[in-house]
Amino acid sequence: MKTFGGPVLFLDRSDINTDEIIPAKYLTEMDKEALGPHLLEDLKLEGFSVNGSWRGSARVVVTRANFGCGSSREHAPWALEVNSITCVIAEGYARIFRQNMFNGGMLAVELAKTAIDELFAIAKNGAVSCSIDLDAKTFAFSWDGGSKAVPFTLAEFDEALVRAGGWVEFADVKY
Amino acid sequence: MGKTITEKIFEAHLRDVPFAGTNVLSIDVVMCHEITTPVAIVDLQRRGKDRVFDPLKIKAVIDHVTPAKDSQSAMQAKVMRAWAGRHRLPDFFDVGRNGVCHALFPEKGFIRPGYTVIMGDSHTCTHGAFGAFAAGVGTTDLEVGILKGVCAFRRPGSVRVNLNGNMRRGVYAKDAILTVINTLTVNGATDQVIEFRGDAVDAMSMEERMTLCNMAVEAGGTCGVCMPDAVTAGYLWPFIAGAYPSKKAAVDDFNKWHSDPDAVYARTVDIEVSAMEPSATFGYKPDQVRPVREMPDIKIDQVYIGSCTNGRISDLRAAAEIVKGTKLASGVRGIVVPATPLVYRQAMDEGLLAVFMEAGYCIANPTCGACLGMSTGVLAEGEVCASTTNRNFNGRMGRGGMVHLMSPATAAASGIRGKLTDPREVMR
Ligand code: SF4
Repeated sequence: MKTFGGPVLFLDRSDINTDEIIPAKYLTEMDKEALGPHLLEDLKLEGFSVNGSWRGSARVVVTRANFGCGSSREHAPWALEVNSITCVIAEGYARIFRQNMFNGGMLAVELAKTAIDELFAIAKNGAVSCSIDLDAKTFAFSWDGGSKAVPFTLAEFDEALVRAGGWVEFADVKY
Repeated sequence: MGKTITEKIFEAHLRDVPFAGTNVLSIDVVMCHEITTPVAIVDLQRRGKDRVFDPLKIKAVIDHVTPAKDSQSAMQAKVMRAWAGRHRLPDFFDVGRNGVCHALFPEKGFIRPGYTVIMGDSHTCTHGAFGAFAAGVGTTDLEVGILKGVCAFRRPGSVRVNLNGNMRRGVYAKDAILTVINTLTVNGATDQVIEFRGDAVDAMSMEERMTLCNMAVEAGGTCGVCMPDAVTAGYLWPFIAGAYPSKKAAVDDFNKWHSDPDAVYARTVDIEVSAMEPSATFGYKPDQVRPVREMPDIKIDQVYIGSCTNGRISDLRAAAEIVKGTKLASGVRGIVVPATPLVYRQAMDEGLLAVFMEAGYCIANPTCGACLGMSTGVLAEGEVCASTTNRNFNGRMGRGGMVHLMSPATAAASGIRGKLTDPREVMR
């Protein structure tokens, strides 16, 4: 199973697409590691710096609705993975992106808009870190001067994929 | 309670329900291209599982960047080629026989009503035009599909979109789907199949239905689907003639997949197509759509006619009819990319390529090329393209470029004026 949790990167926009997460021109790469430096290279988001302090430190992304829309490229979750970002928390996802995350044993968790709004409000206080208890299905967010526990749910299948380390491992045993 | 076509296909293909809500389906066609497949191949090799579940059910093509543009794309093609060779895949299409997957595979008759289809490509939803469940997946799903012939899905609900009426002159299936996306929004059909119904859909050719279903994913849809009927049987007839005594028998058989009249939908949307106008996108999201005549001053640098959405012969005919006897506006580059070798050949035989060339267009070989900003017409920073493709994301056709999505007729008309142009203004 992968490890989860750490500093949070907040991306305050809906509909962030897979071309923004990893541009198509890098799709000729067959080595996942090579995608690393290009993560979020084409992201259109005010105040976001592609080489900001998040790079190298962020382990969790918190964002808005329809994250990962667009192409089916699993290069998008891979680009996150090779940057050690193994958990995304959003209001919602494009289906293929969400499935790709779980298929690779990573987390793509949905929270209600009100909960996401609250997290963005917390982010105004400065750096936020998130630890993840998969058994208790709880995120623990902490920041300078406060902390907050947020429960989440996972479909049984998605949890099984995370625990198995991914869909290839799961399917290989079963089918 | 009645069932939708999608529910019927799911039932007929259900292999396992490992957990409540998770449906593992057996897959009839696993389609592969060189962008998302090589990593799966390499991973299977690494795991010591370099096998394919059924070489007849795997269809493979090199289409996104072909012929190779650099050493890396050459290596992707090489990995595909070697894999197809070692597993003796009879349906592998390489340079000279290759074309854009979602145009090539239907043309070969690979998709049939009631089929389940996956591919490591989001526009796999195109094949729902045949009354199939066809879903884009990532590389891991593709890998398991290649190895085991199964794929897991949450059972999608269905959004029923009724397209009623007659489309006016200058209005095409592309305008219809842009209007649908504008209505549903970019995630309005997430985890849903978009079922296209209504007399306007019944009247559409298979090529038009493919254009419609192709962009279902731009509204978040898992698949687009049309009821398989006489039009479907007519298109597939060269491939199914041995299986049925008559076309009517095929149509009768296809009826078993039709959604029941009392099927339940998550949502039903009625759209009157007779009210539609030639439309195009603005901005970076495919649901940002407006009538072209409301965008009178958008200058363009390039016209791109091609892709799995609108690179078929009927698209080239529609564009050529407008281009005929005209010239591209000065300073505007025009690129036509027939989607498959057959389309190329037909366009040549019908004199369409000559029409484009006389107007100043470049004719490229069948490939995805500029649609995803990889070759054959990538935009420079600040450039604008009138394009028949399906995605206008920031950077899609090249960093800093702006893509306006539209029908082939609108793209052709825009090429003449050098700015977004309603095709009715230049139609004879
Ligand atoms: S033509 Fe464009 S949208 Fe279609 S498969 Fe190729 S890259 Fe994807």
